[in-house]
Amino acid sequence: MADAHAATGQQHPLKIYFYIWGLLFLFSAASYGTDFLQHGYFRWGLILLFMALKAGFIVAIFMHMAWERLALIWAILGPPIVLLVLIGLMAVEGDYTELTRLNFFSAPLAPAGHTEAH
Amino acid sequence: MAHSETVPAAGSNEPGWQGIVGDWSADKQTFQVPWGKAMMWIFLLSDTFIFTCFLTGYMNVRISTPVAWPNPSEVFALQVFGIDVPLLLIGIMTFDLITSSGTMALAVNFGYRRDRGRAAALMFITAAFGAIFVGMQAFEWTKLIVEEGIRPWGNPMGASQFGAAFFMITGFHGLHVSAGVAYLTIVAMKVLRGDYEKKGYEIVEIAGLYWHFVDLVWVFIFAFFYLW
Repeated sequence: MADAHAATGQQHPLKIYFYIWGLLFLFSAASYGTDFLQHGYFRWGLILLFMALKAGFIVAIFMHMAWERLALIWAILGPPIVLLVLIGLMAVEGDYTELTRLNFFSAPLAPAGHTEAH
Repeated sequence: MAHSETVPAAGSNEPGWQGIVGDWSADKQTFQVPWGKAMMWIFLLSDTFIFTCFLTGYMNVRISTPVAWPNPSEVFALQVFGIDVPLLLIGIMTFDLITSSGTMALAVNFGYRRDRGRAAALMFITAAFGAIFVGMQAFEWTKLIVEEGIRPWGNPMGASQFGAAFFMITGFHGLHVSAGVAYLTIVAMKVLRGDYEKKGYEIVEIAGLYWHFVDLVWVFIFAFFYLW
């Protein structure tokens, strides 16, 4: 039975760990390499790509998630999806805060004699 | 029973979606793993929320400040033989953690093979790499506080939120690494002593989950704080 080992422990050939280890080194080096690129969508895209690859291999292979049953996989990897909503909301809110600040700081100066600090 | 063909039996170990329904609806344990492993995963899930909240807060202050954000590539550069190498220390710290993740994965494997000498040795090596990481972080913090004048409330390079976000996020991560070093050392000593010969070596995998998670968090911090 394919899932029988899940009950007794995660036992896999050493080869796969060395292979993933090598990949993680490669992705880390590539990730570090992005620091020498110009800031822009290309660089941000690469940062996100190597981050996702590293995170994915660590969770799937080193943390054995690839061999767990779906009940556990969804219980752990499902809830963080709601965090994307938080991130989206806070990005929008941050943009709005910056706009109001720029608006406030660029407003005409207070009348002379009004020395109260902001 | 008439409906037994459509509803999967409890603990039938079916794969896929049938398995999800079977595991969750059965009057038995849902996760077919040792309880310690399920609990560690749930703890790591809660930790995921904590670190995401930190990183989201950092994103929010960085987006919302009209003042330029200090360039991490320059802030964290190190001089080697008179040449400024960007992010050098952070790069070394990244490779240090990746290396420790590999030794930890091997320790788990040797644990399940009941080769407790090698499992314990690899765990000690993992903990040593963790200690080195914390040491490098202490060096980084000292340099930033003493030489660069970065404080949680301001710095000479730009947006004053930089320090608060930096010390909060890397500080909490460093705390996790320090706790992991202690945790791994204790478990490794117990492994070496043979405490788990009867119980089995799931504990090595559970400690490993925590350690890999610490590395995982660093992947996100490296991408969003240091590289962005």
